[in-house]
Amino acid sequence: MTVKPLQIAIEKKVNTGQKAFIPYIMAGDGGLKAIRKQILFLQDAGATAIEVGIPFTDPVADGPVIEEAGNRALKEGANLKVILAEIAAFKEEIQVPLIVMTYLNPILAYGIEKFVAKCEEVGITGLIIPDVPIEEAKLIQDKIKETSIALIQLVSLTSKEDRIQKIAEVAEGFIYAVTVNGITGVRSEFGKSLDEHIHALKEISTVPVIAGFGISTPEQVEEIGSLADGVIVGSAIVKAFHEGNEKFIRELIPKVKVTE
Amino acid sequence: MVKELNEQETGRYGKFGGQFVPETLMTALNELEIAYNEATKDPSFYKELQYYLKDYVGRENPLYFAERLTKKIGGAKIYLKREDLNHTGAHKINNALGQALLAIRMGKKKIVAETGAGQHGVATATVCALFDLECVVFMGKEDVKRQALNVFRMELLGAKVVSVDKGGGTLKDAVNEALRYWVTNVEDTHYILGSATGPHPFPRIVRDFQRIIGVETRKQILEKEGRLPDAIVACVGGGSNAIGMFHPFVNDELVKLYGVEAAGSGIQTGLHAAAFADLKEGVLHGAYMYLLQDDNGFIQEAHSISAGLDYPAVGPEHCYLHDIGRVKYSSVTDDEALEGLKLLSRTEGIIPALESSHAIYRAAEIAKKMKPEEILVINLSGRGDKDVETVRAAMGGEK
Repeated sequence: MTVKPLQIAIEKKVNTGQKAFIPYIMAGDGGLKAIRKQILFLQDAGATAIEVGIPFTDPVADGPVIEEAGNRALKEGANLKVILAEIAAFKEEIQVPLIVMTYLNPILAYGIEKFVAKCEEVGITGLIIPDVPIEEAKLIQDKIKETSIALIQLVSLTSKEDRIQKIAEVAEGFIYAVTVNGITGVRSEFGKSLDEHIHALKEISTVPVIAGFGISTPEQVEEIGSLADGVIVGSAIVKAFHEGNEKFIRELIPKVKVTE
Repeated sequence: MVKELNEQETGRYGKFGGQFVPETLMTALNELEIAYNEATKDPSFYKELQYYLKDYVGRENPLYFAERLTKKIGGAKIYLKREDLNHTGAHKINNALGQALLAIRMGKKKIVAETGAGQHGVATATVCALFDLECVVFMGKEDVKRQALNVFRMELLGAKVVSVDKGGGTLKDAVNEALRYWVTNVEDTHYILGSATGPHPFPRIVRDFQRIIGVETRKQILEKEGRLPDAIVACVGGGSNAIGMFHPFVNDELVKLYGVEAAGSGIQTGLHAAAFADLKEGVLHGAYMYLLQDDNGFIQEAHSISAGLDYPAVGPEHCYLHDIGRVKYSSVTDDEALEGLKLLSRTEGIIPALESSHAIYRAAEIAKKMKPEEILVINLSGRGDKDVETVRAAMGGEK
């Protein structure tokens, strides 16, 4: 498998002893114009890559913060098509890799091939599709094989070792280590086995391991960041943008420290 | 082509079905599949299931010759498969019982379920009381209102009912919340999915536990008439009662099968629950199916007077049976279903569930065009006690 640009970008960061920080935004929360503002803000604040969430009517993998943000975005008229068009309009200003996070059905409605072509045109480097496990991944893999887009695989705490092996074999970009059983959102603490889980994952994986789900405080960013190659922060970023608390985001990013 | 339906191991029915779920659920689905495959090979599992189906549920229930209805319609001989006479009043208990025994086999002591009309929730709460399992039922806010009596029944049985006010507050939203709950509590909880939908292996498990409807019907009609029926009619929401009735007849090509969806206020109004009217394919709740959606792939709310049919998709096996032309699907409006309800109540003294009333209305139309020596079976999937308030409101005092 060829190494995709997203992996290269993350490894560049990790190889210098730093950790990757990947914030998530709900595209269209705060209006379609907020997409540009939020992406450029996060880029400027030092994000390694940015996950762009597409709102969906039935987001079963998401907790209340992202679901409500999604509902606000839907009311603003956000959907896969207009979000990609919106990003295309300022793509020259974007220097960090963008990852689109969407449920499968909007992609099916768009048409997989048309969607992939549009992503290439816009410069999207990765896809996260939470309702597509490896059993169903061929649907997308076949269409992105020749592109520079990586299909990111998730590994959960419930994934058994033989499954993790299988996932690692097809992993590209990075492996998304889900840090809790459950949906996205704020958690007060993590299970004790998380440490071991991420270590085991890093042993097996040939791509970087980035942890996400439930990471919301500077302490958690620091704690989980020390285990994995980087962290994804979703609900806390979405909440901060919604409340106009950009200061919190600026404080969060330096928490993923240089190791040594 | 039809034969391969019995050989489904892959979770695919033609292009439909699959396992479109978050990774966190994959281990649980694989474990469920293994446990279920083992159970199907274990005679003691079936022995126990049989025991409860007979002595607890009251099976086998009758295949009743509806003589007055037959005379009134003036066409085919009409039989009713009396799932309404089951304990808890509908076919839902067949599956809830089977899955509860499966959960116990897997060592899971907690159960989560979704419910629309409340029949599946009541059935699940019932088996949880019977086997001392902890039970949480998610139910859309609108349905909690429409089916207040069933909410109380579930609570009496010791279940915790959680009202879901997200989305349209109906069955689809209840499934979303049940899935979220399951993802979070997957290690000690089994999800008793109530319809022939969801990710593999659910459509297969639910169908297999509901097959008893068709298996009994087949035996009973052979006893009574010495031959198979010419037509069978069942209502379709997600499709569990229909698939349970149809499946044992799928290879009998002379038996015409009719599935009836809810047309709500009418297909042309857009306010309906008939996924086969739109024929748009997509993924929801873990399966590739026909489903109500807009051009952006956003799922649309279903609309029906009947909470049990208020679901924007149809189970994957039905989608397949539709595409190969084995089952003919059509839809019946709220008003027509009410007529069906009145028709059966007046002619036979049986108040059917609003869901089943859809099948009755369409069956009456079909029977009328058939010859007197022909036989039609209606799957009377549930009784109407739970719907009396809704029906009274809909009729606006009309008697």
